[in-house]
Amino acid sequence: MIIAILSGFIVAALIPLLSKFIKSKGSILLPFLPMSLFVYFASYLPRIGKGEKLSFVYEWVPSFGINLSFHLDGLSMLFALLITGIGTLVFFYTFSYLKGHIYLDRFYGYLSMFMASMLGLVLSDNIITLFIFWELTSISSFFLIGFNNDDPKSRKSALLALSITGMGGLFLLAGMLLLGTAGGSYSFQELLSNGNLIQAHDNYGWIILLVFLGAFTKSAQFPFHFWLPGAMKAPTPVSTYLHSATMVKAGIYILARFTPLLGGTAEWNTTLIIVGAVTMVYAAIHAIFRMDMKSILAYSTISALGILVFLIGLGTEESLLAACVFILVHALYKATLFLITGIVDHETGTRDVTVLGGLRKVMMPVAIAAGLAALSNAGAPPFFGFIGKDLIYEATLHFGDWAYLLTGAAILTNICLLFAGLLAGYKPFAGNLPAEFSKVHLPHPTMWVPPLILAVLGLVFGLFPVLIEKNLIQPVFSSLTNNDTLIHLKLWHGFNVVLGLSMLTLTLGVLLYWKLKPSEALFGKTLKFELFSPQTIAMLFGRLFSEFAKLWTGFFQNGYLRNYVITILGFLTILLGYRLYQGVNFYVDTAKLTELTIYEVIVVLIMIISIIFTVFSKSRLVAVASLGVIGYSICLIFLFYSAPDLAMTQFSIDTLTVILFVLVIYNLPKYKTFSKRRVRVRDGILSVFFGTLIAILTLEVLSEPLNRETSIFYAESAYILAKGKNVVNVILVDFRGLDTIVEITVLVIAAIGVFSLLKLRLKSIEKE
Amino acid sequence: MELLLVILIGLLYASGIFMMLRRSMVKLIIGLILLGNGANMLIFLLGRIVKGKPPIIESSAKMLTEIYADPVPQALILTAIVISFGLQSFAIILVKRAYKITDTDDLDELNTTDEIYE
Repeated sequence: MIIAILSGFIVAALIPLLSKFIKSKGSILLPFLPMSLFVYFASYLPRIGKGEKLSFVYEWVPSFGINLSFHLDGLSMLFALLITGIGTLVFFYTFSYLKGHIYLDRFYGYLSMFMASMLGLVLSDNIITLFIFWELTSISSFFLIGFNNDDPKSRKSALLALSITGMGGLFLLAGMLLLGTAGGSYSFQELLSNGNLIQAHDNYGWIILLVFLGAFTKSAQFPFHFWLPGAMKAPTPVSTYLHSATMVKAGIYILARFTPLLGGTAEWNTTLIIVGAVTMVYAAIHAIFRMDMKSILAYSTISALGILVFLIGLGTEESLLAACVFILVHALYKATLFLITGIVDHETGTRDVTVLGGLRKVMMPVAIAAGLAALSNAGAPPFFGFIGKDLIYEATLHFGDWAYLLTGAAILTNICLLFAGLLAGYKPFAGNLPAEFSKVHLPHPTMWVPPLILAVLGLVFGLFPVLIEKNLIQPVFSSLTNNDTLIHLKLWHGFNVVLGLSMLTLTLGVLLYWKLKPSEALFGKTLKFELFSPQTIAMLFGRLFSEFAKLWTGFFQNGYLRNYVITILGFLTILLGYRLYQGVNFYVDTAKLTELTIYEVIVVLIMIISIIFTVFSKSRLVAVASLGVIGYSICLIFLFYSAPDLAMTQFSIDTLTVILFVLVIYNLPKYKTFSKRRVRVRDGILSVFFGTLIAILTLEVLSEPLNRETSIFYAESAYILAKGKNVVNVILVDFRGLDTIVEITVLVIAAIGVFSLLKLRLKSIEKE
Repeated sequence: MELLLVILIGLLYASGIFMMLRRSMVKLIIGLILLGNGANMLIFLLGRIVKGKPPIIESSAKMLTEIYADPVPQALILTAIVISFGLQSFAIILVKRAYKITDTDDLDELNTTDEIYE
């Protein structure tokens, strides 16, 4: 199992090494990866059909409770088959679609990476690994959307998609962590047995909110839907695979997966119903005004995802069954339509439905596939879509008080979707062939066979639902509802309300198709509403945020050294001041202090006077000389208090500094006072405050006992270990000899710097 | 004496900070030196000061036994003095050089680095 999941990553990692081979002939081998995975998963179908659930556990980070544990049940099975099945077709399709593309190897690498991540996502039992795979799908989606990386729009869409789904991913992580804490485990199966505990937990509201945010961003629910139409900038195989059949359904997967655990409460159901209903109607209406085939399909995909969220939100057994079936229905017809869009685009160079027409005359098999998909999408009997639509209406009709409103919303959505399906699947192939397309020909079979397979499956499952009822849909239903009620899918229910609604939808949809012709003018009218769309608002927010960041940075990173110093010191002063305000506990034991002698007092007095001179003198020479006096006085203090080495060093260094200052003093600028009096007073107050704080702190530290362990070690070992009698010297050149070498290196570097600054001649340009 | 030194340290810090906040680069360097001196004194004082007992082992003894001045802060300060000298000398020469090219000592006129070579 682990090999099956990781094989995509392994292949993705190998691809750069084999890039030459793949670009020439090898790419035809790659589709066999998803194909063999499909066969592998399908081989479990009989066992899953019997109601078995398979677990595979591999230890990963056991100390954090993170295991690579995988769980294969009905829901995972459905997704795994979709991922590998549609994956196989998309891999074949890409072989022709991107034939000869210079980055074909990259593309396959990203696709394999995505497939592996998606498989990991739907098979993970551990909710942390689930999150990791979730993020990996976002990342591979980012690469695939931005595949045409020389197009700025492509890059922008990729970033937008990544930021929306990545943000959602973070919410999901927070939700998973809360969930793990509440339920005491990160394993989904273990959490499931603690369902009541979690639903009663204080954080339940937060958990579902965070899970919702994750799912809604990924599955493009209102108001986060706007990244999906942008993501259509990706090559068509990507749109098919990621942005309609699998990745965007990851959010649906999460919601479905957590339904038995978190679902069933009023908060859960109401939120999902409202968000799902708004999304499905909003996006469906948007879909009918578009002219670009991909945009039409993008909006109809968002709408279909809305339907799924809505159905999960209804939460009844009927609605969950409808959701199970609709996932498959939608994947089959929508992937077909996307693949066909790709063919049309590839062969004619346009996706504008107002221009396209009559293509059936030049590419019959494609037209057949498109027709079948459009009919399944329309929910016409005897297609699989018909069964799906029936189940949806049944679910909404039996939903108590709100049945009429919800059914109305579902009908409206379905009419618009039907219209969109006809626009993308029927319009380009019907009518007369424009002269400009007369030379268009059928593409390579690897391109038109995949959509045909999917479209025919849509018909076969409709005619013989028994094929998948027991092995596939029943286990999915069981894992959603957590019970084993037997389901029965059938095409014909007899004459009842649901059939009437289906027929009504069909009639109205076709009627709409005759009446409403998409055009530039109509599309232009809808653009006016863009002003209030979530995308505009999100962009505005983004702009405001970056303005704020600019102001904030400008305020703190203003380029004035002293402002930085003031900020840091001010903050430090307030912090220390607050600490001292809370209570200072120092007490000075006068007995312990060393006694004062008159010459010490004199030295200190000299220093104080020199400091005053240094600060307030108007003459540079006086300031530098006073600085020298301060240095010598410190030297004297060192001498009084048993530090002869320090005294010597201080003496020589201080002399050198003063000499250096005096040497260059005539080359230095005038000793001017630039600042205003007010500023000087402010700086003075801050400095005095800071100095006082340091003094108080020093006193406080002085009253603390001292740990002399290190000093004792050096004092005792200096002679015995290092044969030196001057302990300070021994520390510097022996015990810490390496530090001293580094120090010498620093000095050498400084010396080289000084030397070069002095000797380097000014270039003529600098003199100007 | 400790109390006097505490006052001295406070004074050195205050004057160092005040000079660092000036716009003149020369004053900035002077501030840096004052602050460095203050820090050295702080370390010295916190290692506790002892009069007349340098940490040097008698020629007859093998280790320090009676009360002696703490050698660790002294080693630290020695390093600090030398390193700060490297910094100071480099800074002084840099200011001189910068003044030669830009003809100003005012830090506020120096915060755009790119325009000199226009």
